[in-house]
This record gives sequence, structure tokens and C-alpha cells, in this order.
Amino acid sequence: MGIKQTQHPFFISIFFLGIFLFAWHVATISPPFDPTGKTEEELLVMEFNGDITQTDDGQYVWNPEKEKVKGVPGPMTVMEKARIELNEAFVIKGTNDHGIAFLVGYTVSRFAVGFLAASGVAILLGIILGLNQILFRALNPFIQVLKPISPLAWMPLLLYTVKDPKWTAILVVFMAAIWPTLATTAFGVNTLRKEYLQVAAILQLSWFKRLYKVILPGAAPTIVNGLRISFGSALVAVVPAEMLLGELGVGYLSWIEWNNLDIAGVIFAILVVGTVGVILDSGFNKLAGLVTYQE
Amino acid sequence: MSFLSIDHMSKYFPSHSGNGTVCIFEDVTVKITKGEFVTVIGHSGCGKSTLLNIIAGLETPTEGGAILNGQEVTGPGLDRMVVFQSFALMPWMTVFENIALAVRSAYPTWSSQEIKAHVQKYITLVGLQGAETKKPTALSGGMKQRVGLARAFSIEPKVLLLDEPFAQIDALTRGVIQEELVQMWNATRNTVFMVTHDVDEAILLSDRIMLMTNGPSARIAEIVDVTIPRPRSRETIIEDEHYYKIRNHIIHFLVRHASHGHAGESGDDAERSGPVEINFRDQATNAYEPVVSH
Repeated sequence: MGIKQTQHPFFISIFFLGIFLFAWHVATISPPFDPTGKTEEELLVMEFNGDITQTDDGQYVWNPEKEKVKGVPGPMTVMEKARIELNEAFVIKGTNDHGIAFLVGYTVSRFAVGFLAASGVAILLGIILGLNQILFRALNPFIQVLKPISPLAWMPLLLYTVKDPKWTAILVVFMAAIWPTLATTAFGVNTLRKEYLQVAAILQLSWFKRLYKVILPGAAPTIVNGLRISFGSALVAVVPAEMLLGELGVGYLSWIEWNNLDIAGVIFAILVVGTVGVILDSGFNKLAGLVTYQE
Repeated sequence: MSFLSIDHMSKYFPSHSGNGTVCIFEDVTVKITKGEFVTVIGHSGCGKSTLLNIIAGLETPTEGGAILNGQEVTGPGLDRMVVFQSFALMPWMTVFENIALAVRSAYPTWSSQEIKAHVQKYITLVGLQGAETKKPTALSGGMKQRVGLARAFSIEPKVLLLDEPFAQIDALTRGVIQEELVQMWNATRNTVFMVTHDVDEAILLSDRIMLMTNGPSARIAEIVDVTIPRPRSRETIIEDEHYYKIRNHIIHFLVRHASHGHAGESGDDAERSGPVEINFRDQATNAYEPVVSH
């Protein structure tokens, strides 16, 4: 080829990140306090209100405590917050003040339990519906009605019935993850090439062998597509579920920082949610690569 | 008693328009002896693949039935292996695994070494050494069907059912594989029931060729005895004195039945008396007037 490989997308990514951080920094910079044109009385009122403070050498500056909740914090502030949080990642300070590593762990395990349970149920049910056309046509209307319901809409009912916010959060993830996998599994099994099942029938494979040697691997690419959609919607559901239920996790972190009026903390929590999503997603893609095949 | 017999078999499908039925084929009666290679030729849609599927047990007849070795066919089984037009190899399994799946089912008591040796033997037989760990996607159409043939032969079925096995393979490769099939069949002498619309293929491979009229209500009108001695090869077969007589006769039949309007015209007198048996052995000089026996 002979062309220099300097046009690597990585450098372009870094370039855009730099531009974004710079713009963010510039946009959130607040000009130093300028006392000119203000009377002594006005300055006293501002100091009394906590807007400004007097330094040792008698100069007035913006009150750093009030700065935290004034406007959007800049990237430096967020980075400072992230540094503090990551330093205390494994520290438990109180019942509701766990380090960020614990919060990530809680969210990931909550997500994993709900998602895996939903996937198991959905794949099993999907196979049954995919193999039985009559049953599929009978149950499809229910699936179609239940599918578009936001998983969060179930929350009050779930909370009322299971009476435990911990399990409610998991069940919300479950409700978010079950429908796409169910629908696509049924479709994948139903549209499996007829010949594969005919070969299985001629070879007199047992029901179980037929399932895990032919039906499951045959429908695997479609099932994985369903799992991917489920995965996304479950990831979206887990954050507000934590917020609303007050369950410790990264979604909860975002809400608690908002309650503390710590906007830098909110931004940090958002970035953590994104990072957790990327980690889970790449893990999922690795798994998906193992079971897909080319026709 | 014949090894495989199809007895007064008819198949009806529900018609698309309204509540009636469409007759695919009716009153098909064929007797096949053990080790015989029988082919059905007919136009597309005449129901020949349906006939094959019924023998395989994958579909059920409306009337009549198939009897294999004294037992009525009620469902699919390891004694009747199909070679599919679409190959029907599991794309998520390697060549070896595809064949091993069949071997393991046919010989459940075998150890894994025995299975491995058996699979390897049939992979070698179809000349696919080195491709054992490849997935079907990585193979050409011809190689895919070699795997299909190896899988079918490996379980040593009583009857091999070939459903237009070479229709999706390019013409040059097709000839090569047909010859390989001849050799495999010579070695095993399986009973084979094949469906095709390739006349040359049918003559090269078959002992008898059944000619099917067009559907609906298709029936087997003639049975042609392929009076060409074995072993046959594509090269030498065309020099046999009967080759073109048989070929012309079949093509003439197919052309005559190409349109539905002419379908009933020819064999009306033979309509209810079973298929006409055609045999060129007794020195019929005119290709279109063979020795006919009822």
C-alpha cells in the first residue's frame, strides 16, 4: 500500500476529545471577581450572602464553596472529583456511602442476575413457541402488548408484590430483558432451515440432543441478536431503577450526588455508568462471537 | 418380495383456492430390489421430491404407503438417509463433526476412537482429507455435497435417498462427483432411490429410470431399463449402443410432457394398467419403438 498509517482513528478520537474538553473548560470558566463599580455596602451584602469571601490580603474573590453549585463544573473540577472518588474506591464510609468500586459491583451483579434469569426464561420459552406454531400464534398477542411496556412501569406493582427493593430492582432488569430475547428466539427457532430438523429427525436424535446440537446452535445468531437488544434495554433500565428504589449502585450514585448538589459528582457518575456499559458490552460481544456462525 | 415397495401411493395437498384438495401424484406403485439404483425423472413440481420425502418418512402419504424390508414406513429413521439438494450440513459444525453427528447416532455404542476412524474412512472416500476442521461455509458446493454423501454413506443405511443431489453444483464439478458416486455405490451396492431432472445423470447412475408425468395428478408413466453394463463411466457410457436410444427416449418423453395440454395424450390407454416398461436389450432398431412389455 505504501501509505503511511498515520490516519489512525485513535488519533482522531483523541483530537475530538481534546477539542471537547477545551470547549467545556472555556465555556465553564468563570471570570475572577471584579469589585470595581460596587460600593462597600454591596460587597458586604455579597460577603454576608456567601457569594464572595475576603482573602488574607483583603481582596474579594468568589466563594469557592458556592462555586461548586454555581453553573456547570469544568473538566478540571470533574477530574478532581474523579480522583477523590477513585482514591476511595474501596472504602466504606457509612451505610449509604460505599466506594465507587462497590457501587459498580452492586450494579453489575444486579444487572447480571436480572439479565441472565430473563435470558434463560426467554430462550426456553422462545424455543417452545418457535417449535409450536399454534402456541406461538396464541401467545403472540400477549407478547406484543407486554413488549412495549417500559420496565419501569412495572416497578410500583413489583415493589408492592415482592415488598423488597433489592428484588424489585432485579425484576425491573428482568422485565426489560425478557421480551426482545423471547420474540427473537421464537423467530429464530421458527425460521430455522427445515433441512436441519429433517436431518435431526432422520438421525433419530433425542429431544435433548436435537435441542443443543441442532436447534440452539442453529438459532444462536438470531438469539444473540435478541440478547443484544435485551442487554441494551436492561442496561438502560438498571440506572433509573436504582435511582427510584434507592438501591446502592452507579445509578444511585448519580441521584445521591444530585441530592448533594454536587454537579461534578453527577457528571462523574454519568461517566461511570458509561464505562460500566462499555465493559459489559465488550464482554457480551466476546461471548456472542463464540456462538455465531456464517450460513 | 421386493426390498422397498411403494404401494398405491397418492398424495393430496389442500388447494390454495377454497376448500378442495390438489392431487400431487396418484396411485404410484414401484417395487425396488435390494442393491438397485432407481431414479425418478420428471419436470419440476411433478411431486417427485414429495415421493422421496414420503419414503424418508418426512412427509406422510394420503393413500397407500411405502414398505421397506417388510415394514411400513411411518417416520424418519437411520435406515433411510437423505442427501439433500441444499446439502443440509450444519453450518456451525466442522466437516468432521457433521459426519460424526450421524455416525454417533447410528452406532451409539461405539467408542470415540471407533467413531473417529469410521468418519475418517468416509472423509477419505470422498477425498476431503485436510478439510476435516473446515466449516461448510469454507467449502465449495461440490465439496459440501461430498460431505453430504460421506455423511449418508457413513451410517450405512438400507436405502439412500438422493434428492436432486447435484442440482446446485456447477456442471464441471457435477460430472466428477457423479463419477465418485458411481464408485462409492460400486463399493457399497446400497439400494438407492434418486430424484433428478438431469437425464445424463440418471442414465449414468441408474439401473431403472421411472418417468413421471407432470402434476397435478402426476403418475409414473414409464419405467426405462438402463441396459448399459456396469461399471460405467461418463467417458465410455456414451459409446454404448443403447445410450442414445435411452437418452432420446427419455428426452422425447419429457418434451412430450412439457406442457399440461399434452400430458394425458400419450399414455391414455396405459392409464390404469400401471407404468409401461421399456427395455432396449432385445435389439430394437428404432429408438422410439422400443420393446414394450406390460
